[in-house]
Amino acid sequence: MTAEILLASLQISTPELILAVGALALLMIGVFSGDRSAPTVTGLAVAILIAAGLWLVLVPVEGEAWGGVFILDSFSRFMKVISLIGSITAMVMTVGNARSEQLDRFEFPVLLVLATLGMMLLISANDLIAVYLGLELMSLALYVVAAINRDSLRSSEAGLKYFVLGALSSGMLLYGMSLIYGFTGNTGLDNIAAVLTAETRSLGVVFGLVFMLAGLAFKISAVPFHMWTPDVYEGAPTPVTAFFASGPKVAAMAVLVRVVTEAFMPIFHDWQQVIVFISIASMLLGSFAAIGQKNIKRLMAYSSIGHMGYALVGLASGTETGISGVALYMLIYMVMTLGTFACIMSMRRKDGGAVENIDDLAGLSSTNPFMALVMTALMFSLAGIPPFAGFWAKWFVILPAIEAKLYMLAIIGVLASVVGAYYYIRVIKVMWFDAATGEFGRTAGELRLVFGLSGLFVTGYVLFGGPVGTAATAAARAFF
Amino acid sequence: MTDWPILSTVTFLPLVGVVLLLLTREDGPFGRRNILNVSLLTTVFTFLVSLFIWIGFDNSNSGFQMVEKHSWLGTGISYHLGVDGISMLFVILTTFLMPFCVLASWESVEKRLKEYMIAFLLLEVVMVGVFVSLDIVLFYVFFEATLVPMFIIIGVWGGKDRVYASYKFFLYTLLGSVLMMVAIMAMYWQAGTTDVTELLKFGFPAGLQTWLWLAFFASFAVKMPMWPVHTWLPDAHVQAPTAGSVILAGVMLKLGGYGFIRFSLAMFPLASEHFAPFVFALSVLAIIYTSLVAMMQEDIKKLIAYSSVAHMGYVTMGIFAANQQGLQGAIFQMLSHGIVSGALFLCVGVIYDRLHTRDIAAYGGLVNNMPKYAVAFMIFTMANVGLPGTSGFVGEFLTIIGIFRVNTWVALFAATGVILSASYALWLYRRVIFGALEKESLKGLLDLSTREKVILYPLVVLTIFFGVYPAPVFDATAASVDMLINNYSAALQAAGKLALLVH
Repeated sequence: MTAEILLASLQISTPELILAVGALALLMIGVFSGDRSAPTVTGLAVAILIAAGLWLVLVPVEGEAWGGVFILDSFSRFMKVISLIGSITAMVMTVGNARSEQLDRFEFPVLLVLATLGMMLLISANDLIAVYLGLELMSLALYVVAAINRDSLRSSEAGLKYFVLGALSSGMLLYGMSLIYGFTGNTGLDNIAAVLTAETRSLGVVFGLVFMLAGLAFKISAVPFHMWTPDVYEGAPTPVTAFFASGPKVAAMAVLVRVVTEAFMPIFHDWQQVIVFISIASMLLGSFAAIGQKNIKRLMAYSSIGHMGYALVGLASGTETGISGVALYMLIYMVMTLGTFACIMSMRRKDGGAVENIDDLAGLSSTNPFMALVMTALMFSLAGIPPFAGFWAKWFVILPAIEAKLYMLAIIGVLASVVGAYYYIRVIKVMWFDAATGEFGRTAGELRLVFGLSGLFVTGYVLFGGPVGTAATAAARAFF
Repeated sequence: MTDWPILSTVTFLPLVGVVLLLLTREDGPFGRRNILNVSLLTTVFTFLVSLFIWIGFDNSNSGFQMVEKHSWLGTGISYHLGVDGISMLFVILTTFLMPFCVLASWESVEKRLKEYMIAFLLLEVVMVGVFVSLDIVLFYVFFEATLVPMFIIIGVWGGKDRVYASYKFFLYTLLGSVLMMVAIMAMYWQAGTTDVTELLKFGFPAGLQTWLWLAFFASFAVKMPMWPVHTWLPDAHVQAPTAGSVILAGVMLKLGGYGFIRFSLAMFPLASEHFAPFVFALSVLAIIYTSLVAMMQEDIKKLIAYSSVAHMGYVTMGIFAANQQGLQGAIFQMLSHGIVSGALFLCVGVIYDRLHTRDIAAYGGLVNNMPKYAVAFMIFTMANVGLPGTSGFVGEFLTIIGIFRVNTWVALFAATGVILSASYALWLYRRVIFGALEKESLKGLLDLSTREKVILYPLVVLTIFFGVYPAPVFDATAASVDMLINNYSAALQAAGKLALLVH
């Protein structure tokens, strides 16, 4: 490897290097100055993430690096910026309640930075091995943070459950990859595509593909690999749940999109039916299973299952508009989710105790009108009611599905959204129609900022969403 | 004046009121007064500005006027506004009814007045938006967005079973319209545009028309509402506050009828022709069945709600008769029903505010101590029945003529609905107004207050004026309706020729 190529590779992967070096440095600071350094480390971690994000936005280098296993194109750039925004926001949200949630350890921000590094590598992975490494780096950090509240039985259970099921899915993923390597002789995504174009596909490749899809579906919590989601969402500390619901989902969806469109486009019809099935199953389960939920974190877990189903509708069409729809969907979904979790984290009684039942929101519109207003906009948006951003997200994934003549998928999708609307408007009903049972304490400033911005985004999208949509379209062009 | 974007102004003017309301405080008597004044001024001013649309409207022009077009969201969707003879008067109807809603809520809304008024002003924005949008996606956005404020209005300020009614209203109408969303997407891929003016010119293939028509029908039939998907309406009406009922009956039901004319009939003529007998059957069923149901109601609001369903039956029948009389009659019927049913709900509100019950049995003999009220109520009842000389007659008569030219049997059954409507309306009037004033609770009731006179008298005048002299409405609608009918028959003829060639 000549120096020039090395330099070019380094330049392309600079954001990842910033995160990797930064995480190690933060670890040193933490180890030498103990737990009291937690606030400093958190601040520095946010700074590192912001630095990586700014580099991504401002430095216009693109291309393959490290012998083709790492790729930075408009799609990975878009998705990386989204997941960085998600990580930064989630980390900022932990600040106010770090002590009461027992997150005031320096390991926590370090682990989040490492998880974010995993996401970035995952999004840029252009080779099956790189996919696996990125996924594991992200997941291992997440297993630990799920169980970070060691004194809480539920948190430990969540971590353990996540780990066991995650290990299983990694195994499936790896098995699938080995099959694909065995039958195509390659691990590079482009090379696999070349082989699949040249030869007729063997049954072994299809087996491998299905196993890989199963492993990835686990990470985005699509049905039938969703079982861990409600328990982990409920058990993990709320700031951690907010983190789970944002960046990692975006990264896993990005890699799913990249793998199927780059490597397996020649056998489009083989994976399309799988995606269509998990999409329909996720939308239906996400809508129906959420109806009976009383805990708002569990509700959001089922909601995220449903939303992943909608995002997959865009992927199922396999077209450029479809991929741009997915990218846009993930962005809008993440903003809505983070805003909602900021509201959930503000659900604290005056004595400081956090509550998480939907009924605890009763009468919020009279006790805390601003939060109720934002939450209402977010719920309508999650339900996909225009003019809120969530409607446009659904619009841009269902539109390509119609183009691809997936009428049944589209119709099941919109009908499931009506069922889904039922539980979202139940939250609104509790806030507006029911009498107040108690007041919440003062909302932390950073949470107020996060849900305020999120509310602004979902309502303002209809006016100013143009550039965001254009960026998503440009991102999807990377594949075509 | 010519370059001024008047449609955008009228649509978004209520937002100014919303901002002002957000800045005011509710506590104290002055706070309440301020809120009411701001809301009333906003709605009246919006109405006055909207009159300029009518003044500037060119009756001889059958196309879209006062068009505004800007790109939007960086996709094929555009922010495209404009009115023609079909939509223009609905805009005026909406802005006209809003001040009455504010006045009707003057005293009856006791809690959270500020949020209430904000919800109403937002509702006005989206309702006007539905009628003026010339991009089908923009139309859909406004059409769906009406659910949000109405859901809150019914749920927060409604009656005892408000939660059930608001859920039913929301989910029922959402279920109808999501299918329309899928159809809109299919139209986009077929025609390559979401612009209504382009879509009107684009002839959709016959096979696709059938599916698109059905999807649009699902949405508009629920909104209209047609039998058998009308069941959300009585619940929503009964539970909604008075002003909410006025808007529901006066404007929101018209969204469905407007959609039928603008989209189903104009864009899918072959499918409309094909499904017309089906619509006639449902309309006749609605007219007869819901009239009979109305007769047996014990709740005044529920009775009027069922009568609305019956009257909307005339509208759908007239629209799909697809001739000059039927379509003109349907538009007139919708406008007239907007005024008359709105006025009837306001009348119910007057006595509900005094006695807080809507049971018919709780009233009787009101003519003795509320003579002015009795007169006003009688005029609206007569208009509801369709007595010649009131606006209700014109629309009903024209739609029946229109349908008579197409199918005499349907006309025969529809005409029996007039008799039925007379029986339930007169019976209601007798039980509430006539008879001896025996009930103790009624003896202390006062006649109309000044505020209530201000609400009811203008509506009385309009009801009679349009009953005697409906020409202003027909002048405005004629050119656009003519063009629609011509295009419709041209499309049918072209398809007929094609079929002959094939054979």
